[in-house]
Amino acid sequence: MTDSPPTTKLPAQSPPVDPAETEAVGGRAAAGVGRLSWWHGDGGEGAKRNLALIGVLLALFVIGAATRSDLYSNPDWVWANMLSILKLASVVGVVTVGMTFVIIGGGIDLSVGAIVALAGVWCTTVATQSFGAGGMIFTAIIVGIAVGLVNGTLIAYGRLVPFIATLAMLVAARGLAAEISQKQTQISQNSTINGIASTDLLGIPLLVYILAAVVAAGWVLLNRTTFGRRTVAVGGNPEAARLAGINVRLHTLLLYALSGLCCGIAAIMLTAQATSAQAAMANLYELDAIAAVIIGGTLLSGGRGTIVGSLLGVIIFATITNLFAINGLSTEAQNMVKGGIIVAAVLIQQIQFGSLSQFFRRNRLTTS
Amino acid sequence: MTGNDVVSGTGVSPAEAPAEGGEVVLRLTDVVKTFPGVRALDGVQLEVRAGEVHCLLGQNGAGKSTLIKVLAGVHRPDSGHVEWRGEAVSFANPQAAMRSGIATIYQELDLVEDLSVAENAFLGHEPRRFGFIRRGHMASRTRQILGRLGHAEIPPNRMVRALPAAGKQVVSMARALSHEARLIIMDEPSAVLAHDEVENLFRIIRELTAQGIAVIYISHRLEEIREIGDRVTVLKDGRTTAANLPARETPTSDLVSRMTGRTIEYVFPDRPTESVVGDDLLQVDGLTRSGEFADVSLSVRAGEIVGIAGLVGSGRSEVLETIYGARTAEAGSVRMAGRALRPGSVGAAVKAGMGMAPEERKSQALLLGEPIYRNVTLATFSRYARFGFTDASRERAEADRIAENLEMRPRDVRRAVRTLSGGNQQKVVVGRWLLGDTKLLLLDEPTRGVDVGARAELYQVIRQLAAQGVGVLLVSSEVPEVLGLADRVLVMREGRVVRTAPAGELDEDTVLDLVMAGSLMEGAPA
Ligand SMILES: Nc1ncnc2c1ncn2[C@@H]1O[C@H](COP(=O)(O)OP(=O)(O)OP(=O)(O)O)[C@@H](O)[C@H]1O
Ligand SMILES: [Mg+2]
Repeated sequence: MTDSPPTTKLPAQSPPVDPAETEAVGGRAAAGVGRLSWWHGDGGEGAKRNLALIGVLLALFVIGAATRSDLYSNPDWVWANMLSILKLASVVGVVTVGMTFVIIGGGIDLSVGAIVALAGVWCTTVATQSFGAGGMIFTAIIVGIAVGLVNGTLIAYGRLVPFIATLAMLVAARGLAAEISQKQTQISQNSTINGIASTDLLGIPLLVYILAAVVAAGWVLLNRTTFGRRTVAVGGNPEAARLAGINVRLHTLLLYALSGLCCGIAAIMLTAQATSAQAAMANLYELDAIAAVIIGGTLLSGGRGTIVGSLLGVIIFATITNLFAINGLSTEAQNMVKGGIIVAAVLIQQIQFGSLSQFFRRNRLTTS
Repeated sequence: MTGNDVVSGTGVSPAEAPAEGGEVVLRLTDVVKTFPGVRALDGVQLEVRAGEVHCLLGQNGAGKSTLIKVLAGVHRPDSGHVEWRGEAVSFANPQAAMRSGIATIYQELDLVEDLSVAENAFLGHEPRRFGFIRRGHMASRTRQILGRLGHAEIPPNRMVRALPAAGKQVVSMARALSHEARLIIMDEPSAVLAHDEVENLFRIIRELTAQGIAVIYISHRLEEIREIGDRVTVLKDGRTTAANLPARETPTSDLVSRMTGRTIEYVFPDRPTESVVGDDLLQVDGLTRSGEFADVSLSVRAGEIVGIAGLVGSGRSEVLETIYGARTAEAGSVRMAGRALRPGSVGAAVKAGMGMAPEERKSQALLLGEPIYRNVTLATFSRYARFGFTDASRERAEADRIAENLEMRPRDVRRAVRTLSGGNQQKVVVGRWLLGDTKLLLLDEPTRGVDVGARAELYQVIRQLAAQGVGVLLVSSEVPEVLGLADRVLVMREGRVVRTAPAGELDEDTVLDLVMAGSLMEGAPA
């Protein structure tokens, strides 16, 4: 079809292969086909991407079952393994929720890993630990928000490009974390904090509940509140948002603060897991988070994205890590596969939108 | 010919001299194109002859742009036949259509803003040697084409971003001419052009047709079709309802009723007999931005419609944007109901009750991927929200009301704005400010691309708002619109207000004379 000469006979019923139509997919899902109306909240395209991601997860599960059938034959182990995957995903997952907002809002935050480290180190200094668990949590969150506000101010009011501003912050925040910790590993003596990572409720780790709560809050914030609506507007068409009376700069500032807040929460979780903090912690979290957001179907250029997609992206990465671990393979090979997965996920989405959606549509047209 | 079957009555015979001259180069039979949930084309017939200007008429959403996208290779028809110069064709992509001699100027300009004029004109078919683009050659050919278009002053190496809307239109025309096209399709080219630019466009079209090139011309302005068109094909709901009507002789009422299926007295709503004009609402004094406009003073009272007439580039849009705070004034003041507004703050203006429908719907107003209702409520959604939670059903209901008032098609407000036709997108932009408690409406080209029927509806709505005490400041390139709708008219030229008068005291010719930078008018009273 593609390499046909410029002029060919028109078949009586030529299949509608049409690149321009792919753009209209959202419109179709939103076109009010009654039984699909639950898609509206997250956007029709998003829901379909998410189905594809769930397919990837299932495939990974099958690969795991095929390579380690001995382990997978035990249902208890499978359940425990799933929980450990979620636990593995929890910290990056929380960071990714904040990142999703920033990216939908048309920006990017490269400093998330560094903020986690700074918040982790700051909340485990001897002085902070003397205030107890509450003081440590408060400190981590305030440090996260404060750094986010600095990012946001530089970008929204200082007109720095987000990439540059947060890259600078990445370097600076890790430097400050090393300074505060004297490059030492700071042990957390607080059993309440450490307990966050080791406590189970109803057989499920507390960390997983925290992730679920942050994801749920993020979903509501994005899909049901004016804040979420502004985020989409500011990322989708900042000029239109501005002319509609939305304070684009203030909102941009808030987005980075939100990302910082998520980093603060993640810092507590990670510190609890390691029962310590150090300047090199949460290394390269920014890449994991951005990759998960992209795999989740959020446009890097802003204006569109889903929280659920990002969550699935994080879980896919954690599952791959787990898969390599249970098969005793090296982390180097694992990183190569992760890189491949990023490319594959994007390709799958494109194929899905090109031919697959056409296929579904044609079938629906003929059946309706 | 199938097209003739649907033509009925009123002495319709393809008797136009120029049309008779050329042979049929393009023939479409029963072309169907569906989008999910919409039959955009539902059996279209079209016949175009060499050397004629064939006009396409139809309401917003009738399928005109879809039809030309089928011809241009952007869309593939689901069924039907396209015969181009005696051969059945189906273009796999726009390049294929261009290679076979069909060039298109789209309704929504498709220029790459960060490339130069020459690069845009030759995008995709740059002159090359050994794989390298021949920049000098490309620039000189561009200069030559621009000269032919009467715009030798546009430098070929200027970034397109830096050009005004009319300049971009010229570049997109230059792109069409850079191909050896036998058919040039123009989708509402005049919508962004000022009066004199339209004259220039017509001169170019006449040159092209004299060389035997066929032109398909789309416009909602009937007087343009009378002036430039040879034959007219009318589309309604994706179907050809009349084909090959003579462009000059067919009565307007006939065209309109074939387009809309009803008769429209598309006149302006009556001005209220007793004066409903209230207190001063907007007071602008000595507003200045160097290089754009200087010393602009005006006032709008509650319930009053004030029109600004002027050419593109006369500073009228800039004045509107500055009043709204989207640009920061260098001097002068803007007061709403007596209180000075902070310069350069849209937030302050909106809080004071202003709303502005900007000139460029795509870049300045719309979230294309978002549903209609979210675009309509973009400025008001937080008012419907409770404790920060949006109320989607309320928003849909409000948007639905607007969609009904403005005859939006399709009426489903959950549809993405991207899938709407140009005129319907425009209704979304204007509709946004008909919600909420806007006290002063700033409308920049509110009827750009809107069809005659919906236009009459929009005028009604604006008049009704005024009757309720809303002040309106209207900018339009169409002088009859300003004169017909406004109570008071300001004429701007080169960044200055050259005349203020009640609309009744001005006529079209007077305004056009004032608007043109004629030396005759240099001494006009300010
Ligand atoms: N990509 C798309 N996806 C879904 N529907 C579409 C798409 N493009 C156009 N449509 C629909 O097809 C119909 C015809 O649209 P089209 O743009 O051809 O109208 P038009 O005659 O050019 O109108 P206007 O005068 O407003 O420009 C409309 O109902 C529109 O909503
Ligand atoms: Mg159109």
